[in-house]
Amino acid sequence: MTTVTTPARTGLTQLDALESEAIHVMREVAGEFERPVLLFSGGKDSIVMLHLARKAFWPAPVPFTLMHVDTGHNFPEVIDYRDATVDELGLRLVVASVQDAIDDGRVVERPDGSRNPLQTVPLLDGITTHRFDAVFGGGRRDEEKARAKERMFSLRDEFGQWDPRRQRPELWDLYNGRHKPGEHVRVFPLSNWTELDVWRYIEREEIVLPSIYYSHEREVFARDGMWLAPGEWGGPRAGETLETRVVRYRTVGDMSCTGAVESTATTVADVIAEVAASRLTERGATRADDRASEAAMEDRKREGYF
Amino acid sequence: MTTDTSTLPATADDTATDHAQRDLLRLATAGSVDDGKSTLIGRLLYDTKSVLADQLAAVEAATAARGGGAVDLALLTDGLRSEREQGITIDVAYRYFSTARRAFVLADTPGHVQYTRNMVTGASTAELAIVLVDARKGVLEQTRRHATITALLGVPHVVLAVNKMDLVDFDETTFRTIADDFAQYAAAIGLTDVQAVPLSALDGDNVVDRSARTPWYDGPTLLDHLESVPVDRDAHTEAFRFPVQVVIRPRTPEHPDYRGYAGRIASGVVRVGDEVTVLPSGKASTITGIDTFDGPLDEAHAPQSVTLRLADDVDVARGDVLVPSGSTVTVGQDLEGTVCWLAERRSVLGARVLVRIGTRTVRALLREVNARLDVDTQTVEVWDGVDTLHAVDATDTSSDVAPRALTLNAIGRVKVRLAEPVVLDDYAEHRRTGGFLLVDPADGTTLAAGLVGPTLLDRLTPTPPPGAHDDDWLAGAGI
Repeated sequence: MTTVTTPARTGLTQLDALESEAIHVMREVAGEFERPVLLFSGGKDSIVMLHLARKAFWPAPVPFTLMHVDTGHNFPEVIDYRDATVDELGLRLVVASVQDAIDDGRVVERPDGSRNPLQTVPLLDGITTHRFDAVFGGGRRDEEKARAKERMFSLRDEFGQWDPRRQRPELWDLYNGRHKPGEHVRVFPLSNWTELDVWRYIEREEIVLPSIYYSHEREVFARDGMWLAPGEWGGPRAGETLETRVVRYRTVGDMSCTGAVESTATTVADVIAEVAASRLTERGATRADDRASEAAMEDRKREGYF
Repeated sequence: MTTDTSTLPATADDTATDHAQRDLLRLATAGSVDDGKSTLIGRLLYDTKSVLADQLAAVEAATAARGGGAVDLALLTDGLRSEREQGITIDVAYRYFSTARRAFVLADTPGHVQYTRNMVTGASTAELAIVLVDARKGVLEQTRRHATITALLGVPHVVLAVNKMDLVDFDETTFRTIADDFAQYAAAIGLTDVQAVPLSALDGDNVVDRSARTPWYDGPTLLDHLESVPVDRDAHTEAFRFPVQVVIRPRTPEHPDYRGYAGRIASGVVRVGDEVTVLPSGKASTITGIDTFDGPLDEAHAPQSVTLRLADDVDVARGDVLVPSGSTVTVGQDLEGTVCWLAERRSVLGARVLVRIGTRTVRALLREVNARLDVDTQTVEVWDGVDTLHAVDATDTSSDVAPRALTLNAIGRVKVRLAEPVVLDDYAEHRRTGGFLLVDPADGTTLAAGLVGPTLLDRLTPTPPPGAHDDDWLAGAGI
């Protein structure tokens, strides 16, 4: 984009309105908190958040540390992307490791091998160790029912817990970030975005994503109605057979519970067309952990999950 | 991969064409489960193809678990476990749907009397409010309550959704009577843009698709209307306001001397060359640049987030407001306005609080609570002003003054003394800068949301407020 003048329309376009709102939220955090951190998984939502942070403070560098909660079951393409991004932008990255937490005995490996639920402990330990007081997450209200009632600024107690009844009403654009020592605030600048908005913004801003978001051939096996990739985490089990499929990922998470979808979408435009026509939410389609019960996300949020 | 999609409507029309040009409307709904509000929202989501197969499957499963019957669209919007167990909505929930023309952020607020605070929250950012009535019952006390809060918060557009028309045989007279009844009340409280729509959320009449059962109705369907009301119109005609969020000073080799003021334009338009004044300091300067990551702009308008550069090296910090030079702007330390009390603990006269207004937070004293609005009867109870210099213990219920406290969900008129001067824009004129919060300095709890200046509460007050107070009372009090 170059110099633009005011369009004839009265308001902003939807994407401009969402972008402006997210930038406003990020600047509020920079103005009100001492030690903000941005959770960066290398997933598309966190990549969009980082892009917005660059825009919010330009020409100054991004004033936030990044933190990656590393389950140890990573897609190598995503870790490469993470490291290249950190290098290129000269950012500081803190890695909170689930493997370390297991080795220390802070958490115990689950029988099913999934490490997504195990991320809460290293996340909270990382927040405590580095005394982070504001934690940016890429959560969106359209993702899941319990998230629909989440605030932009979400207060967490010293145990990182979310109490829906203790959340502060948010009026106008006055975000109240005050907290007691030991408490922190989760901040969700993408609250009002939908999956499709994120993709359209990625297209418009020409944001580069890890390659696994686009169609590729991969050896996978079926479990619980999803295509999972084999790995050290423990798949496939006996009776589960590997086969080569043309797939892509709609979300990026722990390999043990993040499923691929069959797709031939090789470009952002292809993905947008696919998402627009999709019959399933991204979590419903590709996250085993959210299928556990009607209130699975609510329970994990209460415990301090993202 | 496995979910049955046979019950779904045809493919989403949300294709790539024109989405880049569509805008965003924030709206709020008020009404109770009895009015069919959840069903109406479920219908909007369903008929705009915003419900996906797994969400629908979850609702089907939940319906079956509760004894079955037709799929209950209301279950699409029930969020938290306790809400599902109690069958009520506790908190504001946000819903998203879109059409080719416009995207919508819907704040779904509960209608129970004890949840006024949620309605106020949802209405604060809404440009349109849907007030629901049951065609069999007409305008009720709670309809007036919803309309009152909508008017208080200055929501520009209102839809009166006359629901359950199927249960009154789509009778035109019934609809007209309710619409006229509401119009009369709306005019009295200053709601100027009201569109009444006869509909059946259960069957879908006039929600998205025009109903064949209301041939006598030639107005828009609900969605037609939502797609066509103007967005952000007022933000451009209002005076320029720019609350500074952060000062951008990179001090990098590429930008060693750059200094810019980052913020979101709250209202109005700004151009390079405009003369501006920094408030509250009163120093004047000229805009020399409007910067964004994507390149400089000649002109920017609300609600864009930009970074402004000034010609002079004036002192500007977070909390300051840039306004057009030569305009009349109120700056002061005595804030009078209307608050909605949001906290479980009640108001205490003489309490030390924080006032958050724009991007500024200042220490303050809750000096007086002198009236209370009953949103059910739309009457204002005027209380004698209590001089908080002789601070009373409002937690003492035996005190004559205790009943004058504001409790959760109460709406009252207050006077607040601020420790330093701030910009005080009347909310009625400046919806985007005239709102404020009262915050408990001890634990950060948001105690109340406030509107600067005269509001609907004052309009509904039968007699003038008690005599003007001597504003010098605080001199030397040393807050």
